[in-house]
This record gives sequence, C-alpha cells and structure tokens, in this order.
Amino acid sequence: MTSLRNLTVDEQVALLFFTLFGLLVLVSVATALYSLRDTPGAQGEALKRFRRDLRAVWVGATAFWLAWVSGPVGATLFFGLFSFLALREFISLQHTRRSDHHSLILAFFFVLPVQYAIVATRHFDLFTVFIPVYVFFAIPVVSAMAGDPHRFLERNAKIQWGIVVCVYGLSHAPALLLLDFPRYAGRGAFLLFFLVIVTAVAQVVQELASRRLRRRPVARHISRSFSWRAWVIGAIVAACVGALLYWITPFKAGQALAMAFIAAGCGTLGEFVMKALKRDAGVFFWGNRSGVTGAVGLLDRVAPLCFAAPVFFHSVRWYFKLA
Amino acid sequence: MSLAELMGLLLAFIARVITGTQGHWKGCPPTAEQRIYFANHQSHFDWVLIWAALPKDLRTKTRPIAAKDYWTATPFKHWLTREVFNAVFVSRQRTDDQDPLEPLVQALQVGDSLVIFPEGTRSNKGEPMPFKSGLYHLAEQFPQVQLIPTWIDNVQRVMPKGEVVPVPILCTVTFGAPLQLGEGEDKHVFLERAREAVLALRPRVS
Repeated sequence: MTSLRNLTVDEQVALLFFTLFGLLVLVSVATALYSLRDTPGAQGEALKRFRRDLRAVWVGATAFWLAWVSGPVGATLFFGLFSFLALREFISLQHTRRSDHHSLILAFFFVLPVQYAIVATRHFDLFTVFIPVYVFFAIPVVSAMAGDPHRFLERNAKIQWGIVVCVYGLSHAPALLLLDFPRYAGRGAFLLFFLVIVTAVAQVVQELASRRLRRRPVARHISRSFSWRAWVIGAIVAACVGALLYWITPFKAGQALAMAFIAAGCGTLGEFVMKALKRDAGVFFWGNRSGVTGAVGLLDRVAPLCFAAPVFFHSVRWYFKLA
Repeated sequence: MSLAELMGLLLAFIARVITGTQGHWKGCPPTAEQRIYFANHQSHFDWVLIWAALPKDLRTKTRPIAAKDYWTATPFKHWLTREVFNAVFVSRQRTDDQDPLEPLVQALQVGDSLVIFPEGTRSNKGEPMPFKSGLYHLAEQFPQVQLIPTWIDNVQRVMPKGEVVPVPILCTVTFGAPLQLGEGEDKHVFLERAREAVLALRPRVS
C-alpha cells in the first residue's frame, strides 16, 4: 500500500484504469467461455441478462476513461450528454401538457447546458445554488406565462424533479472530477471511481441479499424486494469495499468506511425512490421493455448515482472544509 | 458526398438526438421491397421521424408526399424536399382533367416506396381521423405493393402545433404486418380496416 502511495498521480491513475479494464477483460472472457456451454431455459435467460449488464459496465467504464483523458471539458460534455439522455427519458414517461413546452425548452436547452458550463468553469458556489434557487423560481414563472392553470403545481413539480435528479444530481459527478482538494490535486478520478464502485456494489449486494433473505418488503406496492435488512447488508458490504479502497481516496480507512456507507446507502435509497416514481408512471423499467418509449433504460442505471453524488460531494467538501 | 446527403445525415442526427427514433419492426422486417407506409399524422415532424427510423439504404427509395404550393414556395424548401427527401409533389388545387393521385402512381410505377398520411391533415385527438380514399385507390392499382400500417407515438409532445423548437422526448415508430385489399372489398370497409390496423399498433402503458 505504501508503495502505491509513493507512485505519481499519473501512474496511480494509469494503474486504476489498467486494473479496471483488466478485470473487465477477465470477466468478459470467462462469460464468453461459459456461454459456449449449452445453457437451458432460466439459466440462459440469466446469462443473457448478465451479458447485457456486462456490456453496460463496459460502456460505462469506457465513458469514464474517455471523460478522464479528455480533461475538464470532455468530462463535462460526457456527463452533460448523460444528463440530457436521462432527462429525456424521465420527461418522456411523465404526462406533460402543451403548455409545458416552454418550461421544457428552458430545462433542456438552457438549464442543462448552463449547469454543466458552471461545472466546467469550476464556479462551485454558483454550482450549488443555480438550480435550487434560480431555476426553482424561473420554471414556474415561465410555466405561469403559458397561461394554463390546469394541474399547475403537479406539472411544475414534475419538471423541477426531473431537473434536480437528472441534471443537478448527476452534475455532481464531473464536479468530483474537477474539484481541487488540498494535498489531493489531480486525483478527482479516484473519488468518482470510489463513488461509482461503492454504489454499484451496494446495488448488487442488496439485490442478492433480498433474493436470499426473502424478508417482508417495507413497501410492497413500490418494491417487492426492498427490505431494511437487505439495504443495511448492501450498504455495509459497500462500506467495507470502500474501506478496502481507502488508499485511492484522501480518507483514512475509517473515514472511507463512513463515506462509502453514506454514498452507498443514499444510492440504493435513491433507486428505491425511482421505483416509486416508475410505479406512479405505470412502468416497471425506464427502458425498452415497457414498450412505451424507445428508452434504453439509462435512467435505471444512473439513478443511484444521481442521488448518491450530491450527498457524497457535499460530505467530501465538508470533510475538506472547502469554502 | 453531396450537400443534400450531408443535410440528410444532419437531419437524421437531429431527429435521433431529439426523439431517439426507434423503429420497431413488429409485423415485417426492414427489407427493400416496394411498400406504401401509411401512418397517423400529428406533427410536421412525422415524416422526418419515419424517414430517420428507416435503415439508411431504404431512405433513398422511400419518398414522402409534399404539397406543391407550400414546399416549392422558397428555393430552400424546394431544395430540401426535392434533393434531400426526393419528395413526390402533389397540387392541392383540384383541376377537373387531372387525377390528384397521378404523381403517386408514377412514383409507384418506377418502383419507389411511399409514405402517406391518409388522414389528410394533422390531428391532435389521439385517435386518427377517418382515412381518405387515396390509399384504397393505390391499393387497387398496385396489388403487388405491400401496405404497411405505421404508428408514430409521442411525437405531438415533441412539437405541438404552432411551436417551432422541438422538445427532446422519446418517440417510437412501429411498423405492423402488411395489409391486403380483399377481393372486391368495399372502400369504406377497407379504409376502416386500415385505420384499425394503424391504431392497433399503439403501444399500451405497462
């Protein structure tokens, strides 16, 4: 571990990506070999699902790498694009009216680019208040101008919500890349990597745990699998993984444990909230299987990150006592 | 690559960014057979959406119908419809000695596919209005051409009537199974059947 700490930043980053892609190659080769065997029925179905998820991880890892090598501008553009696609998916499944048209144009073509421009130029004070303060006021004003009182609060709430989750939440991911910490310059990629890994681990472990435990669901009508015990197991395992990864972060092992627990817990709770939203919209997946839209299910994958990133970001800022 | 081709690629790209342009081939594969696609009509964006949902090599052989007076009014509109989309021009003013379907018949005779909106105008009631009879006459004259019912979903939210800037919302284009004109089938029965076939492709929530 000490020898790793003594490497230069670039060497550490290179090692990180080397390990990441190495693991992915190993898993892919193993899956390819396994799929040569004759797999009947349910097993084949599970394998297909696993391969689809694996492909998504590949895409995610490549995007992450590209975001890193292309610097602040590239990272911002990348996450901006993700934000755009997620918001598009979110709005597609909500019921909007004709009179929402101008508010939606404002959300897509003004709020989103401006928020990411603020990230790219590292105005972190404006970054935290732009959407909660200014956009929060602007959207209902534009909406009221359209002159349609029908379900006014509900329509505005939907748009605001979409903006906060898909734009505000997700924009904290490139912010982690760009935020300069004292004694930690140039290592933002590790923090983002740390965040992505712990939220992903929590998600997978929680899913496995809920299948094993078969506990009484907390809210049957929202999710048949979510139970407190599964959630705690997911968050704790993720926290342990985070503690093991402490050497890539600015934290000490105990602090990494706590930070990972916070991020992972928020991520899986965020996913749970998104499930409630999906039930409200009458779909089970944001993706293609709903048959309503041609969505690729991106929102399903980024939702935990949308919730975990802001909490994690501000915890980190607080930890470093950054103004 | 010509300017028109570049323009085509640009428009297809914009359509993809805004709507996702997912083509769902439920009843027939996307093959290079001669076809008439008939679809519901809710927005000016409809044609671009169908066109962008088609595989690239089918786009050049699949042509829209454009109103001559409107789409030849300025040089740019004329260039766009003629060079980029290879549109079939029809005149909206009826003259006694000319069959309004004549340009469509010519296009079908040379082997091109067509996209038509048999409602005749844009509707915003959700369900398509009764179909005009042009589809029946074409089906009668060209029994070998496949008639493909097509449903375009969600596009009225992208660009409602009277708006100019589209809002990014995912849309789907669903292509159904080919329809046949029955032996001696009544015009109204056939048109109603065609309308039902289009409506049946509408995706249901969950």
